[in-house]
Amino acid sequence: MPVHHRHRNPPIGPEHDPHAAMSIHDVTVAYHRRPVLWDLDLDIPRGVLAAVVGPNGAGKSTMIKACLDLVPRVSGSIRLLGDEIAAVRGRIGYVPQRETVDWDFPVSALDVVCMGLYRKIGWFRPVRRRHRDAAMEALDRVGLADFADRQISRLSGGQQQRVFLARALVQDADLYFMDEPFASVDAATEQAILEVLRSLRDSGRTVIVVHHDLQTTRDYFDWLVLLNTRLVAAGRIEETWTQENLRATYGGRLTLLEAAGWAMGTAGSGQIRP
Amino acid sequence: MNGEIATIFAMAAQPFTAATAGEGDFLRILLLQDFNTRVVVAGAMLLGAVGGVVGTFLLLRRRALMGDVLGHAMLPGVAAAFLATQALGLDRSLLVLLLGGGIAATLAGLAVIGLRRVSRLDDDATMAIVLSGFFGLGVVLLSVVQASGGGGQAGLEDFVFGKTASMVTSDVVVIAIGGLLVASLAVLFFKELRLLCFDDAFAASLGRPVMGLDLLLLSMTVVTALVGLQAVGLILVVALLVIPAAAARFLTDDLRWTVAGSSIIGAMGCWVGVTVSAAAPGLPAGAMIVLATAGLFVVALLVGPKRGLLPRWSLGRSLRRAVGRDHLLRSMLECREATGNAEITADALITNRFWSTGGLAGLLRVARRAGEVIQIDRDRWRLTDRGEIEAAAMVRNHRLWEHYLLAYAHLAPSHVDRAADRIEHVLDPVLVRRLETELGALVDAGSPASPHPLIEDPSVGDVGATGGEDR
Repeated sequence: MPVHHRHRNPPIGPEHDPHAAMSIHDVTVAYHRRPVLWDLDLDIPRGVLAAVVGPNGAGKSTMIKACLDLVPRVSGSIRLLGDEIAAVRGRIGYVPQRETVDWDFPVSALDVVCMGLYRKIGWFRPVRRRHRDAAMEALDRVGLADFADRQISRLSGGQQQRVFLARALVQDADLYFMDEPFASVDAATEQAILEVLRSLRDSGRTVIVVHHDLQTTRDYFDWLVLLNTRLVAAGRIEETWTQENLRATYGGRLTLLEAAGWAMGTAGSGQIRP
Repeated sequence: MNGEIATIFAMAAQPFTAATAGEGDFLRILLLQDFNTRVVVAGAMLLGAVGGVVGTFLLLRRRALMGDVLGHAMLPGVAAAFLATQALGLDRSLLVLLLGGGIAATLAGLAVIGLRRVSRLDDDATMAIVLSGFFGLGVVLLSVVQASGGGGQAGLEDFVFGKTASMVTSDVVVIAIGGLLVASLAVLFFKELRLLCFDDAFAASLGRPVMGLDLLLLSMTVVTALVGLQAVGLILVVALLVIPAAAARFLTDDLRWTVAGSSIIGAMGCWVGVTVSAAAPGLPAGAMIVLATAGLFVVALLVGPKRGLLPRWSLGRSLRRAVGRDHLLRSMLECREATGNAEITADALITNRFWSTGGLAGLLRVARRAGEVIQIDRDRWRLTDRGEIEAAAMVRNHRLWEHYLLAYAHLAPSHVDRAADRIEHVLDPVLVRRLETELGALVDAGSPASPHPLIEDPSVGDVGATGGEDR
């Protein structure tokens, strides 16, 4: 390890790829001494739509939270968009899991979307008309323009998920982290969300998504990270989506249903491997 | 044994030196004709308003009990400050005592936050530990104060149960300054506090200092509890923080209005409590304030327009009525379509929909009053022109939905009728338009044909669908 590099506080050391959207080096995260992420080394290039897949408790959400500096790291370093996290916060978007907030909270859908602009608005300044206009535009993009004034508990689960997505859109970020944006939404909503994610990628942004549905992974994403506390595999989905990798990720826990899902996803793409 | 605790409760029972009690001239009190009354009412209302503002954020941050912790934690601070001034030979000063209480409360708040971080204990256990620990220390210090037997100790009891009725102008000035401070912080940081309470992870992802904002909320609570000591005392101050905020949640679904409503409820509760206790000397004002505020909470719980019990009940009732009316009009139209006869008997309707005789009679009565049906004779009814138009629109929506379910949800034709029944009453125009585009050509000719026979033969009626009908 070339120590002299570390003490001059360069934005990026040789262990990180400056062109990667997200570069994780040697990261370990533990909750009460139990490691949740162990020695994670991972680069995700810019401009991809990446899925982070793994069994429950594999550290998928923790990886996202570590990237956003929401949980303390035991060791390791992370660079986003080639820089320290604190330096690029304004270029990062985040969609937390839907269950983490109280949907009974007295705010409207528009209020929630406006929260994506709070950093831009700055301290001590109120939300103004132009901010609300931007938020309306984002709501319109996810098909919720008619629900802007509705209190958020009176939205369906899929609509709530789309409100979170709109809040991320309004952040106008270069790198997005999304924690299970497809969780418990109906088929139509899933397609609507996917369309938005693809349009983000097509406009050059990087979207990193924690995903739990093996059946759709193959079709939706172009980059795959297989995680089970340690990194199992990462790379272009055509190369990484193999039965060996999935077995290694899920161990004995790959249920029949998931195995069937894998088979379906692979059969549909004509990429069956021995 | 337990002499100190006995003393505390003896204090509670003490009648207040009610300067405003006078001869019980209720009108004089109500009209604020005495300067003293004006001082007390102004102070109490200010306090209620401030408590309502801070309490809303505390409640939404799920820290409602923090007010209780901070209140109780002030006792050792106040007692220690008293002992310190005595040891230094100084005069007892309100500001020094409040400072002591404030320091102790801040320490308690930090202890709660710190314990939560380093231990794996739940919030309620953490708060209970800190609350009882600080209060225990306070009771010990209070007994030391009493043993020391100094002349100025009489004032200490005011902090435990408040001294609303004997508030003086300087007390109100203290409340006003504290209140102004807290209110301006709430305005300045409104946006950030809203974000903190709703989604702290997202706030952190934006680079907002979550811990710093929590400390801001903590200090706002400490200031509120401190000035609240004057009115209701440290045991009941939690009421001013929690009850108005909880009541306001039944009134509105907008945070700005929740804050405003909460502070109005807090102020009103304080005003009612002070007025009642002034009119009935001997009733402790602090406790009366809490009772009055609790009374307002019950009112909000019952009639609050957003989540109150009565509005929700009447909404349910009007929805049931609307559903019943929709079903009646549609059945009449369907019976006419099936038989070709505009005059419809109650029997035919009952066969069509499995109504009870009484239920049907009620529905017909309502529809007749609304001018949607006409009674021809004892047993026969007919749709009016207006009823006809309404029914046609409803049948159209119903069948659109039936066809949608048939095409997309793969329901059996015998089941779509009931499934459509459940949903059609909540179809809004947006959804209807989407249905029309989905189903395309099918709807061009007005109402599409029903996908199932209109008059159900009870002998073949499917068991599964009739089970949940017309409760």
